Amino acid sequence: MGNLFANYGEAVAMILFVIGFANLLLHKNLIKKIIGLNIMDSAIYLFLAQKGYIAGRGVPIVTDGVQSVEAYINPIPSGLVLTGIVVSVSVSALMLSLTIRLYRRYHTLDLDEISTLLKKEGV
Amino acid sequence: MEFIRNFPFFSIMLSMFGGIVSPVLPERAAKWVNRAIITVVGALSLALLLYLLETGESYVYMMGHFPAPWGNEIRAGVLEAGMALFFCIIMLLSMLGGAHKLLTEVAAEKQNLYYILVNLLLSSLLALVYTNDIFTAYVFVEINTITACGLIMIRETGRTIEAAVRYMIMSLLGSGLLLLGLCVLYDLTGHLLMSNMREQVAYLAANDLYAMPLLVTIGLISSGLAIKSALFPFHAWLPDAYGYSTASSAAMLSSLVSKGYIFLLVKLIYRVYGFEVFHDSHIVNVLFVFGLMGMIFGSLSAIRENDIRRMVAFSSVAQIGYIFMGIGMGTQVAMVAGVFHILSHAATKSLLFISAAGLTDVSGGSRRFEDLTGAGYRDPWAGAAFTAGALSMVGVPLFSGFISKLLFAQAAVQNSGKMLPALIVLGISTILNAVYFMKTVIRLYTRVGAAEKSGRQFAGRKLYVAALIGFMILNVVLGVNSQPIVDMIGQGLGMFA
Repeated sequence: MGNLFANYGEAVAMILFVIGFANLLLHKNLIKKIIGLNIMDSAIYLFLAQKGYIAGRGVPIVTDGVQSVEAYINPIPSGLVLTGIVVSVSVSALMLSLTIRLYRRYHTLDLDEISTLLKKEGV
Repeated sequence: MEFIRNFPFFSIMLSMFGGIVSPVLPERAAKWVNRAIITVVGALSLALLLYLLETGESYVYMMGHFPAPWGNEIRAGVLEAGMALFFCIIMLLSMLGGAHKLLTEVAAEKQNLYYILVNLLLSSLLALVYTNDIFTAYVFVEINTITACGLIMIRETGRTIEAAVRYMIMSLLGSGLLLLGLCVLYDLTGHLLMSNMREQVAYLAANDLYAMPLLVTIGLISSGLAIKSALFPFHAWLPDAYGYSTASSAAMLSSLVSKGYIFLLVKLIYRVYGFEVFHDSHIVNVLFVFGLMGMIFGSLSAIRENDIRRMVAFSSVAQIGYIFMGIGMGTQVAMVAGVFHILSHAATKSLLFISAAGLTDVSGGSRRFEDLTGAGYRDPWAGAAFTAGALSMVGVPLFSGFISKLLFAQAAVQNSGKMLPALIVLGISTILNAVYFMKTVIRLYTRVGAAEKSGRQFAGRKLYVAALIGFMILNVVLGVNSQPIVDMIGQGLGMFA
């Protein structure tokens, strides 16, 4: 229990991850699924940012000629977060465009309803 | 450094640039650029494979000449080069075989886009095969997913868009788990390059440090990649995605996209965790059980299906189950069998999808079995090809499917704990395969009326027939000449360690 409070950032990230995951998996509404996807991905970035941060140290940009490693946080997780954000933005855009396509055809955002409409169409 | 060592990098970049130039080229030019790129990449991979077989060792290639803990790396060994070559062959044959369907099923203004997707798919597959950096692997996993989604929905109907959405949802759940697993693993080891991670994981395992987080990462990564490659309980998106997309898309999705993820999993098992650590976690047993369930339930769903494309798609679920059974058995021999089945299933399933397209064409576009009666006489080439594919899936000697079943059975006999369930399910699954594939073949060769002789032999379909013959030759080569290939896989897996 003590561990949980000491690493509260990671714990929150995991809870958010599970919330996002469940949203993406269980919701019928496509927009809510996409929101779930974004919560899930952001949770991972929060986790990474937590892991890269070292208390009491600064941004890893060399200023005032301070070269020592001890002065800065670990920059790699920040780089990973940036890359990950690019990926998740493009994936969200793709999902939203697919949702628009489906909405224009079937006038609903409910994936199960779309499936029943497709069965009636019988293509 | 010898010049040939640049080839993996050239292959990835060449296919990526192919994707970039395709949208501005006229449609015919884009088509030929795409074919040329696949052929050239195949030739480069073949040259690399021969070179690696000669030297007998793998090498690491620094991207941008930054040394190990900082730079990005590519790694090439026998297995990687062989996989790249094989993927190129399958992709070229699928594109040739599906070319005529592409013209009718995809809107004229979207043809160029298809070649972008195929080029990017090839580039992401090659990157997954060659990369030595887990975060690069994650990024290319996502590129692979996006291109696969495009391949599904390029033939624009309600069904395909819905299938693409379902595919994306499942896939994104998988990539979420994978990314989380990779991030935790990065925190545990402090490295992103596979070779460095391997040392740290070995150190952690030897000193029994962080045993639980390590187990969690194995679980997250395995389940993420298993969801993405449609292992049994996560296969709901698969029949629609494979069943309604255009023929070459279906062939590539079933034989390349899902195999790329499985190959990445094999690579992570050997290169990051080390075979022993992975084996000592109990995740292998979970994969084993789900593999077995997939083998049975995939086949049962295929039997119930009354649509030839969806039946072949459900059969993929069963075959993915075979591969995961091989990984889950947790011995080297079984792993070799699993990797061989990646090849064998890819060669067979793409053949089945391409030939099913020809059979439905001569049956008035209908994919239902009652309309397909006698289609084997109406299109002799597609009928023969489908029969060959079906025999291979059932596991008749001379075809590739027989060798993979033999290898699985041998591996099962050597594994005392899992021998009985593996052999029993292998037997049941073979019988079920025989039920639905032989049922289809018999229907294809049941005569309805006398005036069934059609003139559809060669005219205008040279490429299609050539692709079918190419696939059949590939299947027979894998089936007859299997020993050198199995040795090569063994050697390649040995190089991984």
